[in-house]
Amino acid sequence: MRYSAFSIVRNALSGNLNWKPQWRQPQPKSHYDVIIIGGGGHGLSTAYYLAKEFGVKNVAVLEKGYLGSGNVGRNTTIVRSNYMLPGNEPFYEFSMKLWEGLEQDLNYNVMLSQRGVIMLYHSDAQRDAYVRRGNAMWMEGVAAELIEREQLKKMIPFLNYDHARYPILGGLLQRRAGTARHDAVAWGYARGADRHGVDIIEHCEVTGIRRENGVVTGVETTKGFIGCGKLALAAAGNSSRVGEMADLKLPLESHVLQAFVTEGLKPCIDHVIVYGGGHFYISQSDKGGLVFGAEIDGYSSYAQRGNLATAEHVMEEGVTMIPGLSRVRVLRAWGGVMDMSMDGSPIIDRTSIDNLYLNCGWCYGGFKATPASGYCFAHLIARNDTHPVARALRLDRFARGYAVDEAGAGPQPNLH
Amino acid sequence: MASLITCPHCGVRPKEEFAIRGDASRGRPEPMDSDEAWHDYVYVRANPRGRTQEHWHHVAGCRRFLVVERDTATHEVYSVVDAAEFALRATR
Ligand SMILES: Cc1cc2nc3c(=O)[nH]c(=O)nc-3n(C[C@H](O)[C@H](O)[C@H](O)COP(=O)(O)OP(=O)(O)OC[C@H]3O[C@@H](n4cnc5c(N)ncnc54)[C@H](O)[C@@H]3O)c2cc1C
Ligand SMILES: [Zn+2]
Repeated sequence: MRYSAFSIVRNALSGNLNWKPQWRQPQPKSHYDVIIIGGGGHGLSTAYYLAKEFGVKNVAVLEKGYLGSGNVGRNTTIVRSNYMLPGNEPFYEFSMKLWEGLEQDLNYNVMLSQRGVIMLYHSDAQRDAYVRRGNAMWMEGVAAELIEREQLKKMIPFLNYDHARYPILGGLLQRRAGTARHDAVAWGYARGADRHGVDIIEHCEVTGIRRENGVVTGVETTKGFIGCGKLALAAAGNSSRVGEMADLKLPLESHVLQAFVTEGLKPCIDHVIVYGGGHFYISQSDKGGLVFGAEIDGYSSYAQRGNLATAEHVMEEGVTMIPGLSRVRVLRAWGGVMDMSMDGSPIIDRTSIDNLYLNCGWCYGGFKATPASGYCFAHLIARNDTHPVARALRLDRFARGYAVDEAGAGPQPNLH
Repeated sequence: MASLITCPHCGVRPKEEFAIRGDASRGRPEPMDSDEAWHDYVYVRANPRGRTQEHWHHVAGCRRFLVVERDTATHEVYSVVDAAEFALRATR
């Protein structure tokens, strides 16, 4: 399906009944060179780059629900590369650069909006921590700006600057960061992969991984057995469940993260604003709704819905930061299942099984990683070699003592 | 529901009163056990979809460690016992 101003007019005149699907609905073949489990952002981008950049075209993506039914369609769409640790920052900056060229690459409007992400600080100590983070970013060649209180007041006048417990003293700004339309990212990658010959097979749940002589030979699915040369796991919140089918022991715990959207308002929030007194963050969608969320619910969960106590807590944080929010009505709330890793950082690696590859541990931050994750995973699958920017994201880093722990919280997933 | 936990000492209490530590089903290795045993204990999680046992610390109540058995898919709570009682049962 191609789009143009002309096609919009033509289809409008015929009652919008003649739009064509953006990707095929093929029946599975009996064998693929590579099967990817999970039709979320990462599975789809992996398939796209495998076919486009690495010449591996006999590929299937198996998705148990409909395409985009997982976290890729549930997240709050923030993309940024303002990480501190040397193991993370080059990876996320690589992703940011791919984002900046993604619409041209896919010829698809993913509505990337580089509106700037600002993280607020509320104490001198927190300012020091953000100065350090900003400097760490500069060392990786990524621009960061410290915005002091008076300047910030001009930029974002409606914040609660003089709160007794959490006064707002300033913020760390990454101007190139922002948001992208999450569904469009899934659809764009799906269409691109499909055009390069990838079979995207929806409503096809993997129920078992068949192994012979220590290597994977294929997968059992609700559509029958499908053979493969290599198997790649990109099942996000269900990684432990899928990994178990191949006896993988993973450093993951699944947790639910909620998000909320309000009624549509006129443009009022220009940036993505992140509260420093908690995890609260907010942005305004192009439709006008305020999109916000905060921390995970606290207990491990596979339910794609959260609890009311966390919803209340999120609202309280929001109103602490922007008192005017109390007047806005919330329209919808939902949850997604996060694959929380033991250090809060992701895993892109081979496994103890030669032709089985692993992509997981995205926690609440994997949307921004979608392009780089797919690119690095495709690199690994095609060449059996880790992409340079993903070197620190190996599965054995815990055993070797090289955890990549941005929050410094230790192996306690509900604290990351 | 896991939003309300019946503490054996304090009665029905909201989840915000608790700090959740996580998996309570495995024992701590001995100090001289292998690196692999320690790695598995510290970093690997079974992460079941369904029944699970977790340590919940009643920080804003009696400050006892409890073992909550509940379902990670439905959020149903099956039982809550004091961690000491849980350990005794395990050794019995
Ligand atoms: C509320 C919320 C807010 C978030 N906000 C942000 C944000 O602002 N910025 C950011 O960077 N990240 C954010 N994230 C995190 C981000 O959404 C995820 O880390 C990322 O989407 C995970 O990768 P994915 O897109 O491949 O996952 P998913 O879309 O979940 O894809 C995994 C797929 O695997 C499928 N699957 C699982 N098991 C099987 C099986 N057995 N057989 C076949 N298919 C299977 C699932 O159905 C699913 O579609 C947020 C997440 C949530 C829930
Ligand atoms: Zn108690």
